[in-house]
Amino acid sequence: MSLAAAQHGFLSPTGVEIAFLLVGLVTLGAALVTVTTRQLVHAALWLVVALGGLAVEYLLLTAEFIAWVQVLIYVGSVVVLLLFGLMLTRAPIGRSPDADSGNRWAALAVAAAAAAALVWVVVDAFRTTWIDLDGPAAGTTRVTGQSLFQNWVLPFEALSVLLLAALVGAIVLSRKAAADPPPGAAPAARTSGEKEGAR
Amino acid sequence: MTTTTLAVLVPLLPFLAAAAGLLLGRTTPGLVRPLAVLPTLAALVLAALVAVRQGGGRALEAHTELTPTGSVPIDLALDIDGFAALVAVLVAFVATCVQIYSTGYLRDDPRYPSYAALVSLFTSAMLLVVYSGDLIVLLVGWEVMGICSYFLVGHYWETPEARAASLKAFLVTKLGDVPFLIGLFALGTDAGSFDIRRVLGAVADGGIGHPTVIALLLLAGVAGKSAQFPLHTWLPDAMAGPTPVSALIHAATMVAAGVYFVARLLPLFEASRAAMVVLAVMAAVTMTGSGLAALAQDDIKRVLAYSTIGQLGYMTGALAVGDRGAAVFHLLSHGAFKALLFLAAGVIIHAAGTNSLAAMSRMGHLRERVPDAYWTMTVALLALAAVPPFSGFFSKESVLGAAEHVATGHTAQAPGAAGWLVLVAGLLTALLTAAYATRLWLLAFRGRGAEAPDHGRQPLTMTVVLWVLAVPSLAFGGLAYRVLPGWLDGRDLTPTALTSILGTGLAVVGGLLTYGAWQRTTALAARVPLGAVAAHPEGDAGLVEAEAIASHEPAYGDIARAPDPADPGRLLLGPLHRHAAAGFHLDAAYSALFVRPVEAGARLVRFLDREVVDTYVRGAAALPRLLGAAVRRAQTGNVQTYVSALLAGTVVLAVAVLLVATGA
Amino acid sequence: MHLAYPAVLSALLFCTGLYGVLARRNAILVLMSVELMLNAVNLNLVAFDVWLSRAAEETLHSGQALTLFTIAVAAAEIGIGLAIVLAVYRNRGTSDIDRLRDTAEGHGDDTEGPDTDAPAAEKAEATA
Repeated sequence: MSLAAAQHGFLSPTGVEIAFLLVGLVTLGAALVTVTTRQLVHAALWLVVALGGLAVEYLLLTAEFIAWVQVLIYVGSVVVLLLFGLMLTRAPIGRSPDADSGNRWAALAVAAAAAAALVWVVVDAFRTTWIDLDGPAAGTTRVTGQSLFQNWVLPFEALSVLLLAALVGAIVLSRKAAADPPPGAAPAARTSGEKEGAR
Repeated sequence: MTTTTLAVLVPLLPFLAAAAGLLLGRTTPGLVRPLAVLPTLAALVLAALVAVRQGGGRALEAHTELTPTGSVPIDLALDIDGFAALVAVLVAFVATCVQIYSTGYLRDDPRYPSYAALVSLFTSAMLLVVYSGDLIVLLVGWEVMGICSYFLVGHYWETPEARAASLKAFLVTKLGDVPFLIGLFALGTDAGSFDIRRVLGAVADGGIGHPTVIALLLLAGVAGKSAQFPLHTWLPDAMAGPTPVSALIHAATMVAAGVYFVARLLPLFEASRAAMVVLAVMAAVTMTGSGLAALAQDDIKRVLAYSTIGQLGYMTGALAVGDRGAAVFHLLSHGAFKALLFLAAGVIIHAAGTNSLAAMSRMGHLRERVPDAYWTMTVALLALAAVPPFSGFFSKESVLGAAEHVATGHTAQAPGAAGWLVLVAGLLTALLTAAYATRLWLLAFRGRGAEAPDHGRQPLTMTVVLWVLAVPSLAFGGLAYRVLPGWLDGRDLTPTALTSILGTGLAVVGGLLTYGAWQRTTALAARVPLGAVAAHPEGDAGLVEAEAIASHEPAYGDIARAPDPADPGRLLLGPLHRHAAAGFHLDAAYSALFVRPVEAGARLVRFLDREVVDTYVRGAAALPRLLGAAVRRAQTGNVQTYVSALLAGTVVLAVAVLLVATGA
Repeated sequence: MHLAYPAVLSALLFCTGLYGVLARRNAILVLMSVELMLNAVNLNLVAFDVWLSRAAEETLHSGQALTLFTIAVAAAEIGIGLAIVLAVYRNRGTSDIDRLRDTAEGHGDDTEGPDTDAPAAEKAEATA
């Protein structure tokens, strides 16, 4: 390991590293815009960029199956779900002045402190560690599939049950109970919702 | 039934009556009067039966141990000798008279049921004291009497006088009871038993280690209960209670309990010459002081109260010279005539509408209004002044005779000094007694002026009782002095010639002096109008009396005296009158010595508690309150704030762990 | 490739998500930030799995398996989370997190302090 570290300095990056860095910068920037932008829909779109950037990073780390899963599930479905959510809660289109709560400075402080601590620790711990990306890819579909269905079958099946439960739960939660709201209450809720939306 | 069973029933019947009276008094008012009178009457019959069966012979003893009580056993014990049998008869007799009298006296009183029950309870407790053969059981009765006295003195608790008097009576007697209790424990420990027989046996064997200490401790309790100097101050104030209560408790029975107690344990006191001398000094001071004070009082009941203190002084004097026969003889005769005096005074107060002698002396025809009270009171006053052949003469002469016996050195039971002290004081008191008895009689029945208010005829229950009590006042002494020695110690109670002549002569002198003074001053009465009279033609006697007591201080400026120049006592006492009326300022002295320091201490403690301690408490509360306000402010309900704090804490902890783990 | 690159990137992404969770007002934006945090973790898992599969000859590929699971769980989470947000929105008319303050101390508390003080002091006067 120390041998590898001696061979690979930070000042002489490989091509993969440069690509990783650039994509990483884009990803981080997109993530920052996601959490700071005042336009809610834009936040979702920037999230797509960030998640896509992460998929590229997976590819660069030779985990190609996960990269495609990332694209399929996150970019394809999760973000779509989020956009639906934004629309269903009548999120304002355009700049909303109050996207951040009054807690932002405390949040900034906590996040900065956490970042400093984490980066410090991670750099301190792994600055000499080298990933050898040569040779057969570590995350091809074949390799992943073999490990998944040889060693991780039981958790995989349990996960399917979890997904089913989540499916049912989401349906139950989001269903508009037909009998629940009395005739007078539903319009009231809607009008207050409209007010929120207009604001 | 055996005599023991009868004797057990004697205290038990009034006790059951008291319990029943307290339970049923409110719900069935018709039952209250029979419940009050009949058990007491039955107790009287049984006590007389016990006395007849006992007959002055060997003491009747019976005891049962309810439960083991540790190193010193406490038994439910009866110990009835001649003293106990006779005193029990007196107690039951006076209690019966008082119960009958009360049915008339407190006819319309709404609190009569509880009153009657308390009187029954009191009677039961006194009978227990009399019959008990165990000192702890005796103590139970002793304390029950104290609490009954407290309640009964405070019967008219609407008036501040009665409230103050009941508290004072309770506290002062308790002041004596604490040393009394300690003395009892010391005695029981020394003798190894609380049984009176065994205690006396231990005394005879010289088994008591500290007779003087024990005797003096016990004397404190006796002084408190029997109203002897210096703990007598509660008794005059206790006259704020209803008259029958004064008659029963504060004249005939409870105050005699101390005397009776000393009489029972006399050998113990005789074992300590110092105690005997203290007893003699106490008796002498009490006798003369109370005689002087009685001469200056304006309230008729206070005169009688001081007279009671004085007569109790005679009894303690007799004990101080070691003659308990004489003491109990005087106790018996005094119980009868003093009860009569009080009950008659109650009738007079009712008829006159006032308790002030000054007001009565400006009232014409009072004696025609209450002839029964007039005649019986005359008899009782003659007995009090020890004029032969009334009962007081014989009993008092037996006391003086015993004192003379000791003074001249015929017996070695008591120190000669005690004998002289008692003899001189007793003779002086005979003079004073006659003087205040005459003054009372003259002022109450020889008044001139406006008619007394009409309160109608006195109830039959009240007047009959007076005549019943007049019989022993008149004849008991003459009949009994020959019989009694067989019941008591066997010592001769016949009056000796010397003391009889001296005592009677002094009494006559006192009476004549007062009469002369009255002749001179009575003319002034018409010139100085004085007096406030309560008139309630429909009200019962208790109501009139309560009002009279309550109005005495506003009307005359003092509870004890009236600014009356026509008072012969004023002429007789001269400059001493002012001090005598105030009880020689003993209350003021106590107030300065004890009450004010205690009050000052209480104020100091209050200040320390409220200003100093509470400041610390409030200060201690301020910090948590501040913290609480700060913490409460943190509870915004905003989940993000909470999570921020949580994560900040996590970061800090993680960094701390890292620093520790890397050894930085 | 140095392991530090993906590790630092994931740390920064995680803290960005953290900031979003703490600072955003809209509940759906908070959910997006949660996704960011999850993805930061995923990146970590993948990077370490790749490293360990070479360096330690680890053939279980637990990191990649866990990443897949995380993605699945995240999908479930986002479904449930959105359902909850929608339910809240339907009931309250808003999905702003800082308006959902049912657990807060009552707002009258600040004035209540002195008010409760005075009767207590009076009571102390009375009993003293």
